[in-house]
Amino acid sequence: MTERPPKILVTKIGFDGHDRGSRIVAAYLRDAGMDVVYTGPWQQIPAVVKLALEEDIDVLGISSLATDHLLVPKLIEALREAGLGHIPVVVGGIVPPEEEPALRAAGVAAIFHPGASREEIVAEVGRLARLARAAVEGDV
Amino acid sequence: MTASLVERLLRGEPAALARAITAVETESARGRDILRAVQPRLGRARLVGFTGPPGAGKSTLVGAYVGELRKRGKSVGVIAVDPSSPISGGAILGDRLRMTEHAGDPGVFIRSLASRGHLGGLSPAASRIADLMDAAGKDVVILETVGAGQSEVEVAEVADVAVVVCAPGLGDDVQAIKAGILEIADVLVVNKSDLPLADRTRRQLKAMLQLRAARVDVAVLSTTATSGEGVAALADAVEAVWAAKGRPPPGTRLKRIIAEAAAREIRAKILASPQLAALSSAVERGELDVATAAAALVRALGED
Repeated sequence: MTERPPKILVTKIGFDGHDRGSRIVAAYLRDAGMDVVYTGPWQQIPAVVKLALEEDIDVLGISSLATDHLLVPKLIEALREAGLGHIPVVVGGIVPPEEEPALRAAGVAAIFHPGASREEIVAEVGRLARLARAAVEGDV
Repeated sequence: MTASLVERLLRGEPAALARAITAVETESARGRDILRAVQPRLGRARLVGFTGPPGAGKSTLVGAYVGELRKRGKSVGVIAVDPSSPISGGAILGDRLRMTEHAGDPGVFIRSLASRGHLGGLSPAASRIADLMDAAGKDVVILETVGAGQSEVEVAEVADVAVVVCAPGLGDDVQAIKAGILEIADVLVVNKSDLPLADRTRRQLKAMLQLRAARVDVAVLSTTATSGEGVAALADAVEAVWAAKGRPPPGTRLKRIIAEAAAREIRAKILASPQLAALSSAVERGELDVATAAAALVRALGED
């Protein structure tokens, strides 16, 4: 048996096309030894769910610089409906403080704000990936 | 436990296929059990390999080719391999970025794999993952290699039909690769054929084919993946090769897979062998040549 590196989806949903941040984070995770499925912006929720399923990812990362994060509760619901409720969803970018509670309540596992360090992101995503993988391995 | 996963895989359930691929990708005991269970059911899908230099447009062309196959009523599995970083071991898997038109199509299953330092253009488990897609009932399984240079010819051994994708204007690149991957092509494609040098590249490739000792009919096609031009002709050409070659005997591939697994094990044993250090120092001192040292190691292995 060989270890598979954590497999992370970095994507953007909604209309915002500013993908610089998501590219930087994708490179952080790659440089930390992770496999990063990268899609670029303007993905639709059903497409993200299909991708998450086919790729058997460990963590789903949404980059949001406008209001895309407001779609995240819908995404989490769609993941659950597809039997993928075990995949932790993290959000990075601009999330106003007053909108955080709604995201947490919807089940978002981590929120990274501007200024979050490479170390912080890598450590938290890695931790969530290991937890998710362990949960899946006992399963099916 | 595994039995139900196998049943679901054979029924073509995407979730079961995804999970089975991970089990095989990580070379787990469960992955081995799954492969053993589905082995008698394999051999229905046709395997088509796409290779070529980085930036030739392989992923975009695969996306367009998948669209053509869907029009023809085929279900499709895609295995897209991207390189692992030699420094961190991580990878950016970005091929499906070029195939978004199939994002909502349940008849298409795409899986990205990292090469994990495996030489040959694929990943260690790619050919067995193709078998899982076969087991799940995909009519066509496409293997897309990493951007390939000269010697990434493994895809020709794994796939039934090998498509080599080139781009116009890479005159020197065409020279560079002509002793390698061009020789394995069943179908040669000049993609981005809307660019000015496309015709010249196509003529160069045709001329190169005529110089070959063994004269084989290899179609040289022009495509523009972004507009879809030439993609139907590509699908026809792949069909024609498939019809001409027929189905390879399953034993050929299995023998190779078993031999490779055995070779990996022997190599691991040799690297762990206590004699290796002593022989290495003897070679270093000039008392022994490499071939004799190797022969001694192989003899020692047989005595275990």
